[in-house]
Amino acid sequence: MTDVVEGFFVDVRVLPTRQKYAFPGETLQTGFRNALSTGVQMALLAVVLAATVIASTAMGYIQVPLSDVPRILAARLLGRPELTAGMRQIFPAVVFDVRLPRILSAAIVGGGLAVSGAAFQGILLNPLADPYTLGVSAGAAFGASLAIVLNIHLLGLHSVPLFAFSGAVLTLLLVVFLASDAEGLSSNNLILAGIIVAAILSAGISFLKYVADEQVAVIIFWLMGSFGSKTWSDVGLTALWVAAGYGILVFYARDLNLLSLGSRAASSLGVNMRRTPLLLLVTASLIAAVCVSISGIIGFVGLLVPHMMRNLTGPDNRRLMPACLLAGAILLLWADTVIRALLPHEIPIGVLTALIGGPFFCLIFRRQQSGRRGF
Amino acid sequence: MGFSLAHVDFAYQKRPVFNDLSLVMEPGRFYGLIGPNGCGKTTLLDLLCGLRQPDRGSIRFRGRDLRAFSKKELARQVALVPQDFFINFPFSAEEVVMMGRYPRLPRFAAPSAFDRKFVKRIMSDTDTVNFHDRMVTALSGGERQRVVFARALAQDTPVLVLDEATSNLDIAHSLALLDLAARGVYDAGKTVIASFQDINLAAAFCSHLVLMQPGRIVAQGPTDKILTAERIERVFGVAAKVYFDAYANARQVVFKAPRHKIQEAEPSKEY
Repeated sequence: MTDVVEGFFVDVRVLPTRQKYAFPGETLQTGFRNALSTGVQMALLAVVLAATVIASTAMGYIQVPLSDVPRILAARLLGRPELTAGMRQIFPAVVFDVRLPRILSAAIVGGGLAVSGAAFQGILLNPLADPYTLGVSAGAAFGASLAIVLNIHLLGLHSVPLFAFSGAVLTLLLVVFLASDAEGLSSNNLILAGIIVAAILSAGISFLKYVADEQVAVIIFWLMGSFGSKTWSDVGLTALWVAAGYGILVFYARDLNLLSLGSRAASSLGVNMRRTPLLLLVTASLIAAVCVSISGIIGFVGLLVPHMMRNLTGPDNRRLMPACLLAGAILLLWADTVIRALLPHEIPIGVLTALIGGPFFCLIFRRQQSGRRGF
Repeated sequence: MGFSLAHVDFAYQKRPVFNDLSLVMEPGRFYGLIGPNGCGKTTLLDLLCGLRQPDRGSIRFRGRDLRAFSKKELARQVALVPQDFFINFPFSAEEVVMMGRYPRLPRFAAPSAFDRKFVKRIMSDTDTVNFHDRMVTALSGGERQRVVFARALAQDTPVLVLDEATSNLDIAHSLALLDLAARGVYDAGKTVIASFQDINLAAAFCSHLVLMQPGRIVAQGPTDKILTAERIERVFGVAAKVYFDAYANARQVVFKAPRHKIQEAEPSKEY
């Protein structure tokens, strides 16, 4: 049997199994991305996230000793109140009823926005795409403003989030309707339709603010985002929603890789170009919609985190998605912790993410322009 | 049985491209599509790949209606090297070639040792091995086109469709890649269907030619029979001479000297 296998149509049976192919630079790594295996990277991110949650829980107006946090969690989760013996009575309530819902919802929203942004960038083939590209944030803002101005309390505390969510979904439907033609969905059409609809809606929001009188402060405060007074039901709802959406995005992560080859190549490699991009767009938008409804508009997480993580994991979405979920959670949780525990006065979180994220994005952008990797 | 198109109509929105088009393509042949710009070469290739559906008529592949194939099945039968080879994200060249193996791999599976070996083999055949770990976004146009070509070869399908797949390559790489494709046809009985701008390149490699004019097929058959001066003149509207060239071992076309050729008196230099 010959060792030399000619041609590209390699016959499986004659393929030498032990021959070592001369593959120049075989041990060379592509930049930073393969320095650690994917598993190790994810494990590290998960550890950082867990540590951030615990550290953040201890921080705040009432300082809870770090060592008490795991005990309180264990006491509640295992149903053994004797574990909290010896600490101040207020601690379990502060940790479990006040801080954890806020902390977990910040983490979940951060992860959700980051995976949604990664998906948008992959589907629209545009590095500047983010979860709000299709006007989801404008729709949510319009819905929320409407509920506030009309003073709608039909559904109690949930009226504003529900109106925000409905606004986001209706906007998404309108944008997809405007952008679709006989050839399916093109990314340019989607981006343009998103911009047009968002422009109309922001005019509507301006009008609502104008007629809102003293309610205008409530609208402005909502628009800038906050995790204050989140409850366990908010946590449960967003967790379910983000988990379902994340599952779909990860399931189609490999198809998302193929989309970057262009639609004809992707289709010839088995991607259903009529169904898959639309399904992914709707999924990513719905993740963004529920995040916005819960927390208001928080910018830059969905834009920044995928860029940072692509430097770490490479562009393969099967690695990128989990990294974005964890890193988005870490980043937004730190931002919220700074606001809640470190600053003398609480400021809206959307303002902080934009203030820090904007310049940071400029830096990454500049570095990529000058051909350097990393951040 | 390869492809058979029967009475196919196709239109983009209201602009008709094909009207009652019929064509049979047998396996084990190297087909070349030639014709002027906008005559529907790419559209025909899209129809064969199942990327577009005919408005009327039927396309059968291996005796089955093409629409009866699932996307995944088709991805294991037909590989395409598209005209457009832009890649949007900084995948490494090797990752892109490995994407050709996706249709054979379960969704979350890592490539097997065999897949890796296969990809390496193809990358050395296509002369892309030197930059296997470079980002495709940092490659030159010709290098990236070779990576895309290698990706389609990695799909290892019975049918390979090339849409002007060597448009950006230098002559050495054009010959080498088309030779790889031809070797698959003559050694393994595969089918290659390729569109060309360069008639002589087509004549050198294709066993059969399909000569097209906007919306219709003018002639098709063995290259030696199809390639004549009067057909070239009819289809492209340029005066040409066709002859058998022993050095190229193929029929070749030369075109009448342009009317306004600038004659330089300077002697040529060799560096």
